[in-house]
Amino acid sequence: MNGELLISICVAAIASGTSILLPALGEILAERSGVLNLGVEGMMLMGALFGYIADVETGNLGLALAVAILAGALLALIHAFVTITLRANQIVSGLAISLFGGGFTAFIGKPFVGSVAPAQLERIPLPGLAGIPVLGQVLFTQDPIVYGSFVLVPLMAYFIYRTRPGLSLRAVGESPATADAMGLSVISRRYLYTLAGGALAGVGGAYLSLFYTPTWIDGMTAGRGWIAVGLVVFGVWDPWRAMAGAYLFGFVDGFQLRAQALGSGIPQFFLNMLPYIFTIVVVAIASGERVQKRLGVPTALGQPYWREERT
Amino acid sequence: MAAASDEGMSPHPATGHLPGTALAMVGIDKHFGEVLANASVDFSARWGEVHALLGENGAGKSTLMSILAGLYRPDNGQLLVDGQPVVLHSPKDAIKHGIGMVYQHYRLVPSQTVTENMLLGLPGAPLRLDTRRAARDIEELSERYQLRVDPYRPVWQLSVGEQQRVEILKALHRGARILILDEPTAVLTPQEADALMRTIRHIASEGRTVIFISHKLEEVRSVADRVTVLRAGRLVGSGLDMAEMSARDLARLMVGTDLPGRIRPRPRASGAPRLTLRRLCALDDRGLQALRSVDLTIHAGEIVGVAGVAGNGQRELAQVLTGMRKPASGQVFLDDIDVTGAGARQMALAGVAHIPEDRLGEGLVGNLPLLDSALMKSYYQPPISSGPFLNLKSAVQFTRGLIARFNVAGATPRTIARLLSGGQLQRFLLAREMSMQPRAIVAVHPTRGLDVAATHTVQEWLMSCSGEGCALLLISEDLDELLQLSDRVAVLYEGSIVAAVDREEADRERIGLMMIGSYQPDQVAV
Ligand SMILES: Nc1ncnc2c1ncn2[C@@H]1O[C@H](COP(=O)(O)OP(=O)(O)O)[C@@H](O)[C@H]1O
Ligand SMILES: [Mg+2]
Repeated sequence: MNGELLISICVAAIASGTSILLPALGEILAERSGVLNLGVEGMMLMGALFGYIADVETGNLGLALAVAILAGALLALIHAFVTITLRANQIVSGLAISLFGGGFTAFIGKPFVGSVAPAQLERIPLPGLAGIPVLGQVLFTQDPIVYGSFVLVPLMAYFIYRTRPGLSLRAVGESPATADAMGLSVISRRYLYTLAGGALAGVGGAYLSLFYTPTWIDGMTAGRGWIAVGLVVFGVWDPWRAMAGAYLFGFVDGFQLRAQALGSGIPQFFLNMLPYIFTIVVVAIASGERVQKRLGVPTALGQPYWREERT
Repeated sequence: MAAASDEGMSPHPATGHLPGTALAMVGIDKHFGEVLANASVDFSARWGEVHALLGENGAGKSTLMSILAGLYRPDNGQLLVDGQPVVLHSPKDAIKHGIGMVYQHYRLVPSQTVTENMLLGLPGAPLRLDTRRAARDIEELSERYQLRVDPYRPVWQLSVGEQQRVEILKALHRGARILILDEPTAVLTPQEADALMRTIRHIASEGRTVIFISHKLEEVRSVADRVTVLRAGRLVGSGLDMAEMSARDLARLMVGTDLPGRIRPRPRASGAPRLTLRRLCALDDRGLQALRSVDLTIHAGEIVGVAGVAGNGQRELAQVLTGMRKPASGQVFLDDIDVTGAGARQMALAGVAHIPEDRLGEGLVGNLPLLDSALMKSYYQPPISSGPFLNLKSAVQFTRGLIARFNVAGATPRTIARLLSGGQLQRFLLAREMSMQPRAIVAVHPTRGLDVAATHTVQEWLMSCSGEGCALLLISEDLDELLQLSDRVAVLYEGSIVAAVDREEADRERIGLMMIGSYQPDQVAV
C-alpha cells in the first residue's frame, strides 16, 4: 500500500468516524446521567432525513443542521418522557424508538430518495495547519463538523471530570438518591442529557446525508447508531476513548471503500460487513471483563429514579 | 433539664436564634399504598437539644424524618421552622431551611472522593471543581468536630464509620441547624458509637438541634434530652423529658407491652465438630482477597457468633458456606465429609440452612407468591414434584404448613412476598429452612430490621435449633445479640479471624477493639 493511498484512507476514516463519534458522545452524556438510549439509530435517521429535507427546501446549511438537531432531540424527548417520567423500561423504549425512527423516516423520506443535497458541507483546509505533512493532510483538510468534534471531545472530557455540573452529572448516574438528597434535580438533569444525546445523534445523521453520502436513502445510517452505543461501552464512558473507537471503525470503513473502488475481487457485501465485524470483535475483547465486573459502568444506568421508592 | 434553659436567652452565635422551638410538625399523615406509615403525628424540637425519636422497626420514624428532610411529601400536615410555616418540595428546600439528614442508607457516591461528595450540589461554588480548597475546608471542619476523614479518599474505600463521618460533615458543611441522624449507631463499633455521642453533644452545645432516631433504649437514654415515641405510625409519647423516664417506661411506650424476657443462655453444649473450615480463602466480587486463611470449627449444638465491621469478609464467608461462592483455596467439612466448592443445592442437601442477609434478594422472591419461594429448595423432590411436573396440591399443602409453623399472620400461599413485613418474611423463611432439617445453619443479620416480637421469635428459634444439635454460625452487626446468643464470638477483620473468644471472656470493649484491628493481646490486662 502506498503512502498516498494510506493518507486518503485516513482522511476518509476521520470523516466516517465522525458520523459515529458525535452520537457516541451524546450517548456518553445520556448514559452518564443513568439513561440508556438505544434509540440512537432512530435519532440519527431523523437527523439525516429532516436535515436533508430542510437543505433541499431552503438550501441553507446552517438551518439544515439546526433542524437535524431538533429532529434528534424531539425523538429523544419521547424516550425521556417514557423512561424518566413514566419510568418505563429503558431498553424496550429505546428499541421501539429505533424501530419507529427507521419506519417513520422511510415513509416520510419516500419523495426525497435519490436526489443530491443542494447545499453540502465542504472541506475547508485550515490555512497553515493543513500544510503540515501527513498529519496536516489527515486532520486539517476536513469539514467544519469534524473541526467541531475536535473541539467537542476535549471540552466534554473537561466538563465531565473537572467542572461542578460534570460532577453532578456523574453523581446522578452513579447514585441518583444521593444527588437528590444533595438538592440536585435528578429528573431535569436526565432530561437535559438525554436531549443533548438525541441532538448529537441528529447531527451525526445529518453529517451522513449532507456530507458523507450526501443524499437521502432509507436506513442510510446502516447500524452506525448501534455501533455508537457499543463504542460507549468500549470507551468506558470516556470521550477520548470513544473517539479512538470511532476512528478505528472509520479506518476499516475507509479501507473497505477503497478496496471496493479499486476492485479487489472480494465480494462487496463482505467488504461492507468488515467495519462492523471488526468493531464487534474489538468491543467484545476490550470490554468483556469490564462489563462482567461492571467497572466504569454508571451504577444507576438503566434504573428509573423515584424519590419515594423504598431504599 | 431541657437544654434550652441551660443556654441562656442570648442569640446563639452559631445559629443567630433565640432558644426556643426550632421546628414543629403538625398532624402529619403519610401513606405508602395501603400502609399507613404516619397517622396524624405531631413532633417538635427545640434549639440546642438532642431529641430522640424512638420506636420499633416499622414504627414510621424514618418516614417522619424523611418528610422533614423534604424527601417525602406528606399526605396531610404542616411544617414550621422557627415558627414560620414552610412547604418543602424537595431536599433542596429543606437544605435551604437548614435541615440536614444522615439517612440510614448513606447518601454518598461510592466512586467519588470525600471532597467531591462534599461539593456535590453545593450552592454558590465556582464552575470549576476546586478540590484543593474544598479539601482544606473539610479538614478545618473535621478538626472542629473531631470527625476525622481523609478528603482525598474515594468513598468506597472507607469503613462505614468513616462514611458516617463524611455524612455528618456534609450536613454541617451545608450549614445544617437541624441535624437528623437515622439509626446512626446501628453499624458502628462500641468505640465509634461513644465518639459519635460526644460529637452529637458538641453539635447540640452550639445551639443546633440534633434529632436522633433509634430503637435502642439505652443509647437514647444516654444521649437525649427529650424523647418522642412512635408506635405503628402513631404518636404515643411526645417530647417527654428523658430525666423522668425509666427504661421500662420507654419500653412500654415503644412496644405497647413489657419487653419479652431476654433469652437466657443455655448451658454450653459440646458435641462433635460439625462444620470445619481449614485455611479457607476466598475472593470478593472485585477479585480482591476477602477471606484470608480462615480456620474455624463449630461443634454440634454450638453457636459461634461472627462480629466485625461490615465489609470485612462476612458476606463472602456466608456465601462460601452456603455454596454461593467458590473458595479460592482451603477446605470446608461438614461432619467428616469434604464439601469444599459444593454448589448451593449440594450444600442445602448436605444440611446447611441459610438465613440470608437480604431476605427478598437471596431468600425469597419478592414479586412471586409465597408458594414459589416455598418450593425453591425442594421443587425437584417428591412429593412436590412428580417427574417433570409440579404437584400443586402437595405444594400448596406444604406452603400452608410453613405459614402455620410460625404463624405468618394473614398470609396465604398466593400472597405476593414483597407485600409482607420484614418480620413476616423472616418467619416464613425460618419455616422453610427448618423444613430441610438442617444440621448446620448460617444466619446473617437474622434480626435486622425486625420488631421486638419477631426478633424474639427468631432468637428463640436459633436457640432451639442449637439445642437440637445444630451447629450455628451467626453473623450479626448487633454486638448485644452476639454476646447474648453465642457460645463463642469470632471477630473478622480484613478477612481473618482475629480471635474466637468464649462467651465468658467476651466483652464489648475488647471486641470493639478487635473489630477495628487495634487489639493487642498484651493491652487487655489493663
Ligand atoms: N418508600 C417506602 N415505600 C413503601 N413503604 C414504605 C416506604 N418507607 C417505609 N415504608 C413502610 O412504612 C412503614 C414505616 O416505615 P419506616 O418509616 O421506615 O419505619 P422505621 O424507620 O420506624 O423503622 C413500614 O411499614 C414500612 O414498610
Ligand atoms: Mg428506619
